[in-house]
Amino acid sequence: MAEVRIPTILRPYTGGERAVSATGGTVAEIIDDLEANHEGIKERLLDGDDVRRFVNIYVDDEDIRFTGGLDTTVGDSASIVILPAVAGGAADIGAAGAPR
Amino acid sequence: MLTIDRATYDAIVAHARRDHPDEACGVVAGPAGSDRPTRFIPMLNAAMSPTFYEFDSGDLLRLYREMDDNDEEPVVIYHSHTATEAHPSRTDINLASEPNAHYVLVSTRDGAAVEGAEIEFRSFRIVDGVATEEEVRVVERYTDVPSNLTTDEPDTTQKAED
Repeated sequence: MAEVRIPTILRPYTGGERAVSATGGTVAEIIDDLEANHEGIKERLLDGDDVRRFVNIYVDDEDIRFTGGLDTTVGDSASIVILPAVAGGAADIGAAGAPR
Repeated sequence: MLTIDRATYDAIVAHARRDHPDEACGVVAGPAGSDRPTRFIPMLNAAMSPTFYEFDSGDLLRLYREMDDNDEEPVVIYHSHTATEAHPSRTDINLASEPNAHYVLVSTRDGAAVEGAEIEFRSFRIVDGVATEEEVRVVERYTDVPSNLTTDEPDTTQKAED
């Protein structure tokens, strides 16, 4: 059972909980388990088959972009953190990568 | 309304000037629920761009862990625009993810990067894709004003543009 830290903006999906438990051997399975208990959250994390550009997911403090993405292995007592990127700027990059 | 002390206000402006012509970015953390920005944390703009900013993902994790450990939250999230007004862009609005934060924008355009020049310093709430400007009140020190006030207007008020 992994612990998943939920950022403020996604807490409406977890009834306000800052952290929830989830099971799965990979990040993809963890996200499916989150979706089963907190419907709608998956769409906020994924864009098709990939993690959204401006969403960061960490397993045991490692950004999964560097550890195999959604296939990253999740240990039994792993600590998972979800954080929306803090980003912006004058350039208009469109809404495609946005977390909402 | 954003209430911010003079030292923190000056530190944000100095950071924006230092990083011009790239966008500067950072956070001012404060005790959770206090609405008081007390701990100035300049961040590296990993994009190193004049038109975009992004916290490095490793820095971001460390920042949020630190705030969690201290029972703090990001009271202010600031960044600079270097050639346009101090108003959230569509990108800023799309990517804003802290509905409780004050989003501060500073513009270093038109010579404002020079120390002593007049500079735009504005604050916004960004919630559900809508940016709403709010008043900025600069105080000399927070001890002059009650904590977490919402409506009282002490006489120490100064206009941010001064």
